[in-house]
Amino acid sequence: MSEPDKRPAGFGFDRSGAQGATKSTGSTPSTSGEPDSPDNVTTLLADDAELELSSDEAGRHVEETLARLDAELVGLTAVKRRVREIAALLLVDRARQKFGLASSRPTLHMSFTGGPGTGKTTVALRMADMLHALGYIRKPKVHVVTRDDLVGQFIGHTAPKTKEAIGRAAGGVLLIDEAYYLFRQENERDYGQEVIEILLQEMENERASLVVIFAGYSDRMETFFSANPGLSSRVAHHIAFDDYTHGELIQIADLMVAAESFRFDDDGREAFSEYLSLRMEQPRFSNARSVRNAVERCRLRQAKRLVELQRPLTKDDLITLTGEDIRGSSIFGYAESRADEAADGDDND
Amino acid sequence: MDLRHGAFSYLPDLTDDEIAAQVRYALSKGWPVSIEYTDDPHPRNIYWELWGLPMFDLDEPDAVLAEIRACRSTFPRHYVRVLAYDARLGRQTTALHFLVQRPKDEPGFALTRIEGSDRRQRYGIRSYATASAPADRYQQQ
Repeated sequence: MSEPDKRPAGFGFDRSGAQGATKSTGSTPSTSGEPDSPDNVTTLLADDAELELSSDEAGRHVEETLARLDAELVGLTAVKRRVREIAALLLVDRARQKFGLASSRPTLHMSFTGGPGTGKTTVALRMADMLHALGYIRKPKVHVVTRDDLVGQFIGHTAPKTKEAIGRAAGGVLLIDEAYYLFRQENERDYGQEVIEILLQEMENERASLVVIFAGYSDRMETFFSANPGLSSRVAHHIAFDDYTHGELIQIADLMVAAESFRFDDDGREAFSEYLSLRMEQPRFSNARSVRNAVERCRLRQAKRLVELQRPLTKDDLITLTGEDIRGSSIFGYAESRADEAADGDDND
Repeated sequence: MDLRHGAFSYLPDLTDDEIAAQVRYALSKGWPVSIEYTDDPHPRNIYWELWGLPMFDLDEPDAVLAEIRACRSTFPRHYVRVLAYDARLGRQTTALHFLVQRPKDEPGFALTRIEGSDRRQRYGIRSYATASAPADRYQQQ
């Protein structure tokens, strides 16, 4: 039979207490599987010790991630600066912990606002890498969800669905794309409100190492946040992604083309520059994504041209995108008449 | 008495961190995890009540622990266990299950003897807890 007074240690109770010691031989250290977690830093540095920030192993990894961010993403100086600041803050926090200084866990929920194709998702991925390297989150993964994945179809369906999404993102980054769709002002019985409430609860939770990123177009996110002031104040970092300039887009195109082992010849680059000027004036221009689609279509036209050459091909033929490939775009033909731009089969997001 | 049921049952009760580590192991193997509870701990009572639905596509135990906590607060005096199901062809069975909550006071089991034909003796066991109505079980704090 049981001995009630000798059963202090139960499920869910910490066994490190004096009573618990009767049952567990040798107190178990934290086995939460967070090798980088500050709890595991046991030896504190002396008050007069000096700490080289660059000696932090995580710091090096962060440097790599930041360098990659610089190399992969053209422009976005404001965004890169903010990412660097966040990295520095976490790095300094780690150093403070080594001296045993109190530092509360900073909230890192963010909102990424900007036009389509400005690199919000890419930055979120890099951010996850960086936060993982610094031990802020447990896994360098991003779980991307939209309204569909969070909002249920009937009463009582929303909460489990949202919790499921949060569960899948646990220990990582939850990126809510087009977050403004969560809130529908015109319908006060919309279940989106419930999602926001559950998210708020989860974002307040100190224990969960979850970072929530709201992404969406600037103007609509503005209304979204102004309608949910509680949400806005819990998002520490509002990061705006500016549209790319023409020069930056050319750089992006060069990077993309190089990544796929192609290159523009001189005429090709000039033609692409012209193409971009025309395309940027058209509606539904989505920055880097439009560039990617344009490059894809150039490759189509290049392939067609090469097949029609009816002669043996050289390596040079295979990697060169000529002006002809780019000028084949319907943008040039129908630049004046906007009506036909759909004929280009262009992206419409 | 302590009910010895499932894995780790001869160890001290697991802490939440240890439960998280076990769940993480199960998830890393690709076993969906589910939570069950009962107030009838008879060893032949193999089908306990399912708490919610099995949780698929997780790779961190946070959501499982949240559900365990919810189940504990709803049924503070029940047995609660975590199951990990291995759906691989050829196994298709429970790969791991262990208790994550037990009642404060477990009264144990009674051995019952039944006289069969030809004075044959048959044995059974019965939990003392099940002698009372479900609402009254494990009431002693």
